[in-house]
Amino acid sequence: MSSAPVFLAGASGAEGVVASLSVRDVTVAYPSGVTALLDATFELGAGTICGLVGVNGSGKSTLFKAIMGFVTPSRGQVRICGLSVNQALKRCCVAYVPQSEEVDWNFPVLVEDVVMMGRYGHMNFLRIPTAKDKEKVTESLERVNMLRFRHHQIGELSGGQKKRVFLARALAQEAPVILLDEPFTGVDVKTETAIIELLRQLRASGHLMLVSTHNLGSVPDFCDQVVLLNRTVLASGPTATTFTPQNLERAFGGVLRSFRIEGGDLHDDHDARSVTVLTDDERPVVYYGEGGPEEEPLRRTDKGA
Amino acid sequence: MSEVWSFFAEPLGYAFMQRALLGAVLIGAVCSVLSCYLVLKGWSLMGDAISHAVLPGVVLSFVLGLPLAIGAFAAGLFCAVATGYLKENSRVKEDTVMGIVFSGMFGFGLVLFSKVETDQHLNHILFGNMLGITPRDLVEVGIIAGITLLIVIAKWRDLLLYCFDPAQARAVGLPLSVIHYGLLVLLALTIVASIKAVGIILVVAMLIAPGATAYLLTNRFSRMLMIAAAVAIGSCVIGTLLSFHIDGATGPCIVLVQAFAFVLAFLFAPRHGVLAMRREQRPTA
Ligand SMILES: Nc1ncnc2c1ncn2[C@@H]1O[C@H](COP(=O)(O)OP(=O)(O)OP(=O)(O)O)[C@@H](O)[C@H]1O
Ligand SMILES: [Mg+2]
Repeated sequence: MSSAPVFLAGASGAEGVVASLSVRDVTVAYPSGVTALLDATFELGAGTICGLVGVNGSGKSTLFKAIMGFVTPSRGQVRICGLSVNQALKRCCVAYVPQSEEVDWNFPVLVEDVVMMGRYGHMNFLRIPTAKDKEKVTESLERVNMLRFRHHQIGELSGGQKKRVFLARALAQEAPVILLDEPFTGVDVKTETAIIELLRQLRASGHLMLVSTHNLGSVPDFCDQVVLLNRTVLASGPTATTFTPQNLERAFGGVLRSFRIEGGDLHDDHDARSVTVLTDDERPVVYYGEGGPEEEPLRRTDKGA
Repeated sequence: MSEVWSFFAEPLGYAFMQRALLGAVLIGAVCSVLSCYLVLKGWSLMGDAISHAVLPGVVLSFVLGLPLAIGAFAAGLFCAVATGYLKENSRVKEDTVMGIVFSGMFGFGLVLFSKVETDQHLNHILFGNMLGITPRDLVEVGIIAGITLLIVIAKWRDLLLYCFDPAQARAVGLPLSVIHYGLLVLLALTIVASIKAVGIILVVAMLIAPGATAYLLTNRFSRMLMIAAAVAIGSCVIGTLLSFHIDGATGPCIVLVQAFAFVLAFLFAPRHGVLAMRREQRPTA
């Protein structure tokens, strides 16, 4: 188990652990009778950024809840770093960046208090921060460029700043697996670019990140793996072969706006090139020609609605 | 000057006043730290529910000859657990379920009381009898308050994380259900300890007002705990002495002073008070 790229951040709980996530035949039904996930299956290894895409209600948040052990699958199992969910959580293997709506922004906690909450798993019984914990908090805040705001109450921040604080908390936790639920909603392009850059650094140091997003356009930008979800896993694998217009049509069906402009439509000469624009009202994804997505997708210029 | 002195000194010449004051301060302190969590977790109604639900337990304890505290504690905890169970297994929201459970239990308690021969006054159970606190009661209150305060002081950060972000609490390996039920047990214990002094109806005020007042005064939870304790202890002292001088019921006097402290904070809190917010708005408006 130690031959793969060993997680190296020196986290006390997660030391020597190799990041991995295995979701096998996971079925989750809510008491209301809704089956939110059916036989979801995929595998991810260390050094990965995986995009999780699907329409509203496709089960993205439910999948996160199953990974965090908030809901127990009625069938199938989740294994994190080779451990069961409970063992993995005890060893602090999973960090979680929540959707903004889940947080009470009036809570009397300062930015640095929130980031310190990432350190609890490393602390003693009384959770009295050591010098190292404080150092980690400062370092994490610095990495997301939020050190200036450390003494602000969390409600006093902008949407993008809030996201970065919770990202800093995940950094401070030093967990090999990081779950991010829609980290780009309500965030400007500059912050988004900064977050993506940070995720890339984390990938380089062996972290595994699962990122749910409606920003289809940025997926090919930073995700090397994709999981397409609609109650079940429709497709999963490397972005280049999985994030195709065909698969996206399957995942989004009628919800997705799709425009396809072929060379032949524009002028009379023979032209095999075409442009396909797919969007679910966030940033669109643009394909050129018949092949897979290009490295740089076109940036959204209008609201698309 | 001498009037101020006698305001404090005169009541303290009586042993029952000394006991009342000590009891009030202990109860005020322990209720105040819990109130910080209740206010932030949105559990204010839970305090009210558990305290009302205690009544049938109290009456049954008389009947069975058990210590009051045991029946009360069992009934309070039953209310909390039943609420949780009904919420999980129906589509009805928690506050609604809680309303049904506690009013049902309170009604049951009242019916039981009317059918049982006791030497107890219903008024004392409902509104407390601070001046009738015996040394034995005081020991009981001291033990419960001591345990609760110790646990909160040792674990305040864990409890805070549980209230603020349960998902993160899970992610750092905290045992959520232990914390959840632990908090409920502490709440039930505290209510049981407070009932002799302030009674079933008014204990909820002690469990909300100090936390709410402190919440208006600070942006930091550690300070909120300290401010709440200070407000509660101050109110308990003033309220108890006041009740002696105006010859009013002690529990209600304390609650009144706490409510007054809240109004003061609501008006004059440096950042979150109405006046401060008005002042901030004026230049831009
Ligand atoms: N607590 C719940 N109780 C009952 N049903 C639920 C609950 N949470 C979600 N569901 C249902 O499960 C399905 C999946 O919901 P989920 O929140 O996982 O979707 P999502 O992919 O995160 O959507 P979004 O893009 O809007 O965040 C939905 O049909 C939803 O109605
Ligand atoms: Mg969601």
